[in-house]
Amino acid sequence: MLRWIRQQLGFDPPHQSETRTVYIANRFPQHGHYVPQKFADNRIISSKYTIWNFVPKNLFEQFRRIANFYFLIIFLVQLMIDTPTSPVTSGLPLFFVITVTAIKQGYEDWLRHKADNEVNGAPVFVVRSGSLVQTRSKNIRVGDIVRVAKDETFPADLVLLSSDRAEGTCHITTASLDGETNLKTHYAVPETAVSQSVSRLEALQAVVECQQPEADLYRFVGRITVTQQGEEIVRPLGPENLLLRGARLKNTKEIFGVAVYTGMESKMALNYKCKSQKRSAVEKSMNTFLIIYLVILLFEAILSTILKYAWQAENKWDEPFYNQKTEQERNSSQILKFISDFLAFLVLYNFIIPISLYVTVEMQKFLGSFFIGWDLDLYHEESDQKAQVNTSDLNEELGQVEYVFTDKTGTLTENEMQFRECSINGIKYQEINGKLVPEGMTDDFPDGSVPHLSREEELFLKAVSLCHTVQISYDQTDGVGDPFPRANGISSQMEYYASSPDEKALVEATKRMGVTFIGSNGENMEIKTFGRSEKYKLLHVLEFDANRRRMSVILQSPSGDKVLFTKGAESSVLPYTKSGEIDKTRLHVDEFALKGLRTLVVACRHFSAEEYEEVDRRLHEARTALQQREERLAEAFAFIERDLQLLGATGVEDKLQEKVQETIEALRLAGIKVWVLTGDKMETAVSVSLSCGHFHRTMNILELVQQKSDSECAEQLRRLARRIKEDHVIQHGLVVDGTSLSLALREHEKLFMEVCRSCSAVLCCRMAPLQKAKVVRLLKTSPEKPITLAIGDGANDVSMIQEAHVGIGIMGKEGRQAVRNSDYAIARFKFLAKLLLVHGHFYYIRIATLVQYFFYKNVCFITPQFLYQFFCLFSQQTLYDSVYLTLYNICFTSLPILVYSLFEQLVHPHVLQSKPALYRDISKNSLLSFKTFLYWTLLGFCHAFVFFFGSYILMGEDTSLMGNGQILKANRQLMFGNWTFGTLVFTVMVITVTLKLALETHFWTWMNHFVTWGSIAFYFIFSLFYGGIIWPFLHTQDMYFVFVQLLSSGSAWFAIIIIVLTCLFPDVIKKVFYRHLQPTSTQKSQLIETHQGISCVDSMCCLSEGESGCARLGRMVERLIGRCDPTRVSRSWSDSDPFCSNDRSILTLSPVEGSRC
Amino acid sequence: MMKKKEETANRPDNTAFTQQRLPAWQPMLSAGIVIPGFLLIGMAFIGIGVALFLTSQNIQVLERDYTGDESDSPCNTCTHSSPNCNCMLNFTLSKLFEGPVFFYYGLSNYYQNYRRYGVSRDDSQLSGDLTYFKNPDSNCAPYRVDSNSVPIVPCGSIANSMFNDTFRLYHIVNGKEKEVPFDGKGIAWWTDYNVKFRNPSLVNGTLKAAFDGTVKPINWPKPAYELDPNDSSNNGFLNQDFLVWMRAAALPDFRKLYRRITQGDYAAGLPAGNYSLKITYNYPVLSFGGRKKIVLSNVSWMGGKNQFLGIAYLVIGSLCVVMSMVMLIVYAKFKFPDDSS
Repeated sequence: MLRWIRQQLGFDPPHQSETRTVYIANRFPQHGHYVPQKFADNRIISSKYTIWNFVPKNLFEQFRRIANFYFLIIFLVQLMIDTPTSPVTSGLPLFFVITVTAIKQGYEDWLRHKADNEVNGAPVFVVRSGSLVQTRSKNIRVGDIVRVAKDETFPADLVLLSSDRAEGTCHITTASLDGETNLKTHYAVPETAVSQSVSRLEALQAVVECQQPEADLYRFVGRITVTQQGEEIVRPLGPENLLLRGARLKNTKEIFGVAVYTGMESKMALNYKCKSQKRSAVEKSMNTFLIIYLVILLFEAILSTILKYAWQAENKWDEPFYNQKTEQERNSSQILKFISDFLAFLVLYNFIIPISLYVTVEMQKFLGSFFIGWDLDLYHEESDQKAQVNTSDLNEELGQVEYVFTDKTGTLTENEMQFRECSINGIKYQEINGKLVPEGMTDDFPDGSVPHLSREEELFLKAVSLCHTVQISYDQTDGVGDPFPRANGISSQMEYYASSPDEKALVEATKRMGVTFIGSNGENMEIKTFGRSEKYKLLHVLEFDANRRRMSVILQSPSGDKVLFTKGAESSVLPYTKSGEIDKTRLHVDEFALKGLRTLVVACRHFSAEEYEEVDRRLHEARTALQQREERLAEAFAFIERDLQLLGATGVEDKLQEKVQETIEALRLAGIKVWVLTGDKMETAVSVSLSCGHFHRTMNILELVQQKSDSECAEQLRRLARRIKEDHVIQHGLVVDGTSLSLALREHEKLFMEVCRSCSAVLCCRMAPLQKAKVVRLLKTSPEKPITLAIGDGANDVSMIQEAHVGIGIMGKEGRQAVRNSDYAIARFKFLAKLLLVHGHFYYIRIATLVQYFFYKNVCFITPQFLYQFFCLFSQQTLYDSVYLTLYNICFTSLPILVYSLFEQLVHPHVLQSKPALYRDISKNSLLSFKTFLYWTLLGFCHAFVFFFGSYILMGEDTSLMGNGQILKANRQLMFGNWTFGTLVFTVMVITVTLKLALETHFWTWMNHFVTWGSIAFYFIFSLFYGGIIWPFLHTQDMYFVFVQLLSSGSAWFAIIIIVLTCLFPDVIKKVFYRHLQPTSTQKSQLIETHQGISCVDSMCCLSEGESGCARLGRMVERLIGRCDPTRVSRSWSDSDPFCSNDRSILTLSPVEGSRC
Repeated sequence: MMKKKEETANRPDNTAFTQQRLPAWQPMLSAGIVIPGFLLIGMAFIGIGVALFLTSQNIQVLERDYTGDESDSPCNTCTHSSPNCNCMLNFTLSKLFEGPVFFYYGLSNYYQNYRRYGVSRDDSQLSGDLTYFKNPDSNCAPYRVDSNSVPIVPCGSIANSMFNDTFRLYHIVNGKEKEVPFDGKGIAWWTDYNVKFRNPSLVNGTLKAAFDGTVKPINWPKPAYELDPNDSSNNGFLNQDFLVWMRAAALPDFRKLYRRITQGDYAAGLPAGNYSLKITYNYPVLSFGGRKKIVLSNVSWMGGKNQFLGIAYLVIGSLCVVMSMVMLIVYAKFKFPDDSS
């Protein structure tokens, strides 16, 4: 056999072979054909750069950005040819942008390196040359024998060789991989299971042959060949032999395993999608707008060039006597001149593409994202965790979400089940202080007294504590391998593990009530009823299956009676009962269900000796049948589970996280569709879905489950589609499971999407991690291209988190994989509402206005320049001085928009949260629609025309003359010159553009006041300063005293005022009419606030009122910047503005209540 | 206490800033504010507009084209003849032209704002820096050095193309010409005259020596140091006509201040009567389709004649008033929701 494999391998190049051959402990055969295979090492790499490739790779990535590349080109053009502006004007900002971005990205990558090193450097124990060696995780090679101790995670995908148990089993939990918290038993093959020590492992001669790595967590095919005394024994290996990286060893002292898949080839790593750069919708539209502006720019440049040559066709224009050309200019070729003219125009107009847009956007995102981490409403007190922002690039995407994909376990639920109520023999009971109390009665037993249970009650509790498949994990210190530890130490050392959290909750509940399940050893189950130990012999387990939806055990009681306990869904147990309080119980079960509890019905059946013999025989026959075993088993089960005596019903609460229902409801009102994707069973998933309000009781629930073939699946889909069409009044919910989903996606994607879209809620269960990602991708790439958000807490959610537009990690119990790979991390699901409805809304409005405004102000900026060309023979004369050209975007107009984009609040956060429907106002990127873009652009052009022609005309109706007097020194009428004209246009522009933003601002904090008025003031001060000095390093002194000359003219002031007002006048009119005639719901809700009288007018007054205001300014600043601790607050917050008060409770009050304070 | 602190170590600060609860003024453009606001602004603008318009109306302007391309133009003969051709332009003032009167020359179709033209100067040279006398800025090409590679001072196209027509104004009193005194001082920017432009320091007590090793601009009849040999404060780079010319115009049709009439009998203005303007016609404009003119104008508190400014104020002011009326009507009709309370 071995030789055959060797031959196979010998012929096939190693990396292409379909299987990999792993020599355990890397003991390669001494002789024969052997070709070593190359395997990846056990290093996990999530970082993007290394020290060596950072500079080139980062530069390359940055210049892939269209704007950066564009500015690089402009810069190069300026270097090469004679252009109106110097290369510094574009080179300096570009350098600044590139450096800032590189530093930011470098820092982020450094953090990733750190995280990787932590994982890769974790200590592990490996068997090397006969002894146990401690080494780092990254040093594990394929073939190494690794020792893992209890509660450690597996550092690589291992094939289990042996455990400390004789039978070679171990328990693991895969919570961080697929979210399942139950214990799973994995096995070693008997031949290796005996090698429990290092020395014996040393003697082990074995080869594992298995498939090449693949992402499916539940598939593993291989075989192990063990050579014992010269004899080769071949055993098949399956998923039950494979311990996956990321899973955790439980309940087992230690195991030895051989690494088969390491590092990036482990199944866990393969399930991670490589982290791709996420781009927000805003950034995409920004790029579209940039391209449009590029087209405008090219158009303007080409038009100017053509007109220039049309103009210059006549010699008298081309070269008048006063403006002779140099020889060189005359002799250069026409084509070259044409090209260089075109490029010069390109350079002249290049500022229409706002370079500082990217810097400002990046700064806005970076600084703005702090507000998420700072938000007390997103802070979880119990776990002391605040919201965390991993990528600030996506802030605004939070305001655009249309689909939310959420994990169930640990995200919607706390991952904790709790027993709440039960019904025994027609009487309802509640658990109060660990005692079973009939409904309507109070806990009147004094603590400590032993309650007297009726026979029914006791039987019920016993049934519950015996009919399950719960396993027990004991503390390491004692009793390993001993299923029945000492009686006194039970509670502190025992932990239940169950595949179903319900069972665990039930067994724990009965333990609290006095009937304690102590353990089972395969044959016996032991319970302790009020200290009395009872041993039951386990005769048969009738396992749970999804069709029967119940499970049973057959036990022999200490008294020798044979009894069957059954537990299952009410619909699958009640029909088979014939005695007991059936009607009352049914009533109770419905009540439980209405309360959102997960219900189970418990029943029993006593067998007579003959009956049991019959049962035993039938079961044995069925189990050993070679053909149609499943049918025969089902038959046998049906025969056994009948004529039941109803004992009662249980109601277990799957403890949902706080306010999940409200959150989901809010999301739905906000127009967001919520999909639950879970790896869990369908039953559990549906019941959680119901209890968290994802599915309503009134919903018609459609099922697409357990489809085995393609055609069947298609048929079912068509049936569902038809049902939806027929019945469009009520809402539909869809349940899909993983296998059916993959069938549906393979061939009938369209049909499936159609069904999904008409369902108001979708639940996908039994999903593998990659399948979750696939569902997300399916939605993402559907024709409407909706914005998706994935939220989850486990490693199994990582791929979905990475796939979705926005990935949110819950800082839960299942490790920090999800958090690490998420874009945002929050502590609880309920925080999602505020994150989306408030922060998302704010960020979106802020950035959308920021983007539009940037384009607007650059159109305003450059269009006069373009118009000026018509008056200067298209000679590329700049209208503004180059210092103004450079500083316009960097200094004069940058801060107001940055502050606006950090602090703007169109609506009060509390209104946003209480009215989720406002979220719809901004959906589908509405503020960046082509219409609004066109509005802003046209506005920019209109304003530019007014600036230019206003200045043109107002400076002298004689069309040409700059006749102007000075107020200060009357009797003078000097000429202005071109720089003064340009400065007039520029002054008007700076003021208008700043005031336009002031019109847009709805939330005037003192900072807005400061930067808005400050920017204008700064412009004036700077201009006075800049024009007031002969700059020694500048070659031309064009701007010397130009600004003072301009301001000393009275009509210039009048001109500035009238031009600014003319520009803003239509805008104000438009705003007023829109607000009054067609108010959006956002605007309507702004009114709510006003009526509450929140206006803090003094935020403005303190800056504009002069002396009295300034006195208050001091106090104000102290208040704002200083911490508002309670004592201080009561002193300093005036009564007139209750909303500024520091009492957080006010934020949660409804508008009506708000008036009280 | 200590433990409690540790437990909430990550708790964000509860300040107005971090919680985005900064006190803020939240203005809304509601009809209640906008209607009276517009009304007020409109009224104010109309007032300003009327004032500006009336002021502008009172300004007297007299313009005469003397390009001479039409055959009946007095300067027609000079368009073809040699330099320093004289021609007379006669005009009559029907009433007193109130002083102070400003005398301009105007050029049209003249692109002083052409980029290559605009940069063709050397500010360092003009500030009297002798190193730039020897080596003028490269932007001055083709007027940087002459054919013998001797540097031109002042270099560049602007200086080279300096306007060189001269004017004398005569008042015809009783058939006799009485010269109206022109004031050539204070026609340039104060800062240009006093700071930005400097003559080189005198060598051996003469300006001429400072210009040694340089040649005059090609088109100039005489070098810079002879621009006004009578007045050293108006000579060289400080010649005010030169300064006025060096301030490039923004637009192709421009006028530049030539002289002021502030002295003698004419300080109060030009009395009604006949006047004769003697023009020394040197500057060629017909080659590029340009025109030349002279302008006489007086000035008000808000500057030169500018009717459009007043009109603009009137238009915008009335628009404001009209819009506030429209809004009031809409307001009454639709009963704005936000003013219901």
